[in-house]
Amino acid sequence: MALLRTDKITMQFSGLTAVLDLNIEINDREIIGLIGPNGAGKTTAFNMITGVYKPTKGQVYYNDKDVTGLKPHEITKFGIARTFQNIRLFKELSVLDNVIIANHLRLKSNLFGSVVRTPGYRREEQEIYEKSMALLKDVGLDDLKDEKSSNLPYGKQRRLEIARALATDPKLLLLDEPAAGMNPQESHELMGFIREIRDKFDIAILMIEHHMQVVMGVCERIYVLDYGVTIAEGLPDAIQNDPKVIEAYLGVD
Amino acid sequence: MDLELFLQQLANAISLGSLYALLAIGYTMVYGILRLINFAHGDIFMFGTYMAFYMMTSFMLPWGAAFIIAIILTIAFGVLVEKAAYKPLRNSPRMSIMISAIGASFLIENLAIVVFGGRPKSLPVPDLFNRIIHIGNVSVVSITFITPIITMVALAILMFIVNKTKTGMAMRAVSKDYEAARLMGIDVNFIITFTFAIGSALAAIGGIMWGLKYPSLLPLMGVMPGLKCFIAAVIGGIGDIRGAVIGGFILGLIEIMLIAVFPELTGYRDAFAFVLLIVILLVKPTGIMGKNIAEKV
Amino acid sequence: MKNRKTQLTIILLIVTIAIIAVLNITLDSYKIKIFTLCGIYIILGLSMNLINGFTGLFSLGHAGFMAVGAYVSALLTMSPELKDSVFYVAPINPFIKVIQLPFPLALIVGGLAAAGIAFLIGAPVLRLNDDYLAIATLGFSEIIRVVITNTQTLTNGSLGLKGITRYTNAWWAWGIAILTIFFMIWLIHGMYGKAFKAIREDEIAAEAMGISLFKHKMMSFVIGAFFAGVGGGLLGHLIGAIDPNMFRFILTFNILLIVVLGGIGSITGTIISATAVTILMEVLRFIENPINLGFVNIPGIPGMRMVVFSLMLMGVILFYPKGLMGRAEFNWDYFLKKKFLRNRKKSA
Repeated sequence: MALLRTDKITMQFSGLTAVLDLNIEINDREIIGLIGPNGAGKTTAFNMITGVYKPTKGQVYYNDKDVTGLKPHEITKFGIARTFQNIRLFKELSVLDNVIIANHLRLKSNLFGSVVRTPGYRREEQEIYEKSMALLKDVGLDDLKDEKSSNLPYGKQRRLEIARALATDPKLLLLDEPAAGMNPQESHELMGFIREIRDKFDIAILMIEHHMQVVMGVCERIYVLDYGVTIAEGLPDAIQNDPKVIEAYLGVD
Repeated sequence: MDLELFLQQLANAISLGSLYALLAIGYTMVYGILRLINFAHGDIFMFGTYMAFYMMTSFMLPWGAAFIIAIILTIAFGVLVEKAAYKPLRNSPRMSIMISAIGASFLIENLAIVVFGGRPKSLPVPDLFNRIIHIGNVSVVSITFITPIITMVALAILMFIVNKTKTGMAMRAVSKDYEAARLMGIDVNFIITFTFAIGSALAAIGGIMWGLKYPSLLPLMGVMPGLKCFIAAVIGGIGDIRGAVIGGFILGLIEIMLIAVFPELTGYRDAFAFVLLIVILLVKPTGIMGKNIAEKV
Repeated sequence: MKNRKTQLTIILLIVTIAIIAVLNITLDSYKIKIFTLCGIYIILGLSMNLINGFTGLFSLGHAGFMAVGAYVSALLTMSPELKDSVFYVAPINPFIKVIQLPFPLALIVGGLAAAGIAFLIGAPVLRLNDDYLAIATLGFSEIIRVVITNTQTLTNGSLGLKGITRYTNAWWAWGIAILTIFFMIWLIHGMYGKAFKAIREDEIAAEAMGISLFKHKMMSFVIGAFFAGVGGGLLGHLIGAIDPNMFRFILTFNILLIVVLGGIGSITGTIISATAVTILMEVLRFIENPINLGFVNIPGIPGMRMVVFSLMLMGVILFYPKGLMGRAEFNWDYFLKKKFLRNRKKSA
């Protein structure tokens, strides 16, 4: 049984087809790449999976359950978390608060409990604090916990965004261009980091990435989009040598 | 309701609708370019009416000259509001800009109370606008007919400017994509000033005609028409000039006709527009002429 | 450290209560009224700051919520006989005539009524953003006012309610203000408050983190409306008479002024600016009255106060958009650290 399966999802914007009949299948603990030239519809695919857009056609299944058209927060609750192409942190809030907020969806206490600070709520809050600190430690940001998140350097903001997504306890993590704006040294570290979090948190990862070294180095399978159409899928080696891919993507790059 | 009464009410509705349309255009144009509700627009309308009043009473000008000078002064005033209250905040968070707009509106209203006085003033109505015209058994004041005609003329001129001139093209470009227009070398600040000037001119025309129809001027007279006309712009599809006109007419028609048919609703008159707004926002938030735009994630 | 802070907070609380007691004895009745009004405006400012400042929703419906709270609570404390004499144009609805509640209960019911209305309004309008939300909430606030004006047998229409017992004193206003302050502090620091702030910072990211936008916006909106309703009820029982014209947009503007001046998103700022603005509103009355300087008479200019306040709002938003406090809060750490540093210096 696949963790995530999309069945011919299609997205049209007033006549323009951004993604056509996309079939993706992701199994537990897989690291999958989604590549293609700019405007190929990769982020649109992410938005359909995470509920930001409702597909014009087709279905999204998570653990064989139809989750098409659910709201983003409901999808996240099921276990799909994401990061954004242009980092979307809670800018004015601290690094720690960014991660703590991502625990809100699993909170059991109600609003009243949080205001009068019932013992049950306090216990929960303490647990969330400890869990968040542990997570920050895992991504190496624990000593910056009180810093305003927008004050972090770019690479650390990306890491924080990943940590924040992990705090929602996902089974599938969607990364939208995690290596964007990184230097070769940083992107090399990122490859190790991605594998690390997969092993540590036992999750599957679907990533959009332009940086070929990262994609080929870390992904186990790759889907290639061009103008919304899936032109190839398969193992990194096969993709690298696929003439269609080379024409559409690698040739141009 | 018999036919004569109906026709009379219809004439009133069209007349009111065209006043709303004039004011709604100002909202829709500013919103199209700046994504900002110009809360002060209703007060600019009020300013125009008072200027006409002072030109006619204090300066004893003939009404034609008085109205033209009032329109010019209102244009200057509208541009001043933009320069003082909106321009400095161009890159600020939206809430700041809206607060500034509300602040500007209150400042103008309160200054008007201080300067113009809180007691109602009555605009002298020239004979031309005050004639009773009899058609069959229906008798209507001439301003009721003049208002839609002037509105149509103003609208034709506006459409010409927006569609046929270079400045109009630049306006459309800025409202489509602010940044790209700037990069293409369009003087965005000039376009914004120009937009405010046009909006204010239309508000002044609307204000003067409003004053001719309801000749009691008050410093807060622009508040309700202002809010309603923004709603008219939303109903028509904000950013779209034709939409604003359609919205204005719809609102005028509904207001007059509902009361004509259900006189017991008279007390609720000012609430109609808001109810209509809520309905439109729920059914078709982009308005009648609007298009859906998805936010980029 | 934590105990230390709790101790300090308790000391501050006792000092505040002592100040209220002292002022209550020493001030004349006019000044006590202003002092009481400060407490009410703190409640109102905080309730708007929750919605607009902490959750980032630009709502302009406060006057409407206050009207609901004021009317409901006033109708509940008025005796049947009083209601009969006030409703002389059209007789009051017999059911409303007979129910009567003690003041505190009436305030709570007034707040709940405002919250209930907010819940109904929120269902359609909280799907809207920014200026659409602003204009829709403003619209609902006007609708509420128009409805109150036209439902003669429920609200006595444009004549309003008169002869409301003046239960609101400094103790009630400030007591509830202090409760509101603590409620807001705990709410904002708790998990739900953090979720509100996340929505303010970035709706799309908040939703992607599993926060239901609608549910949390609604919570903030309803809680804010509750406190606005309580504030409205207190105001009605302070003045002793209410009518629909009290609840025009200008009332919302006054509260917005307090929130902006204090800092959008700061509890401390709102407390300070609510007090300052309320006092200033009274102090500035002199510019509307004729001033006699002995040798020259300056005629009073009615409306000048509001000009000053509009200018103040414009000035702050144009030149000092963060307001007094920005998003900063009063914090014991600051004082403790300072003291600690001073002690260190001494020993060095």
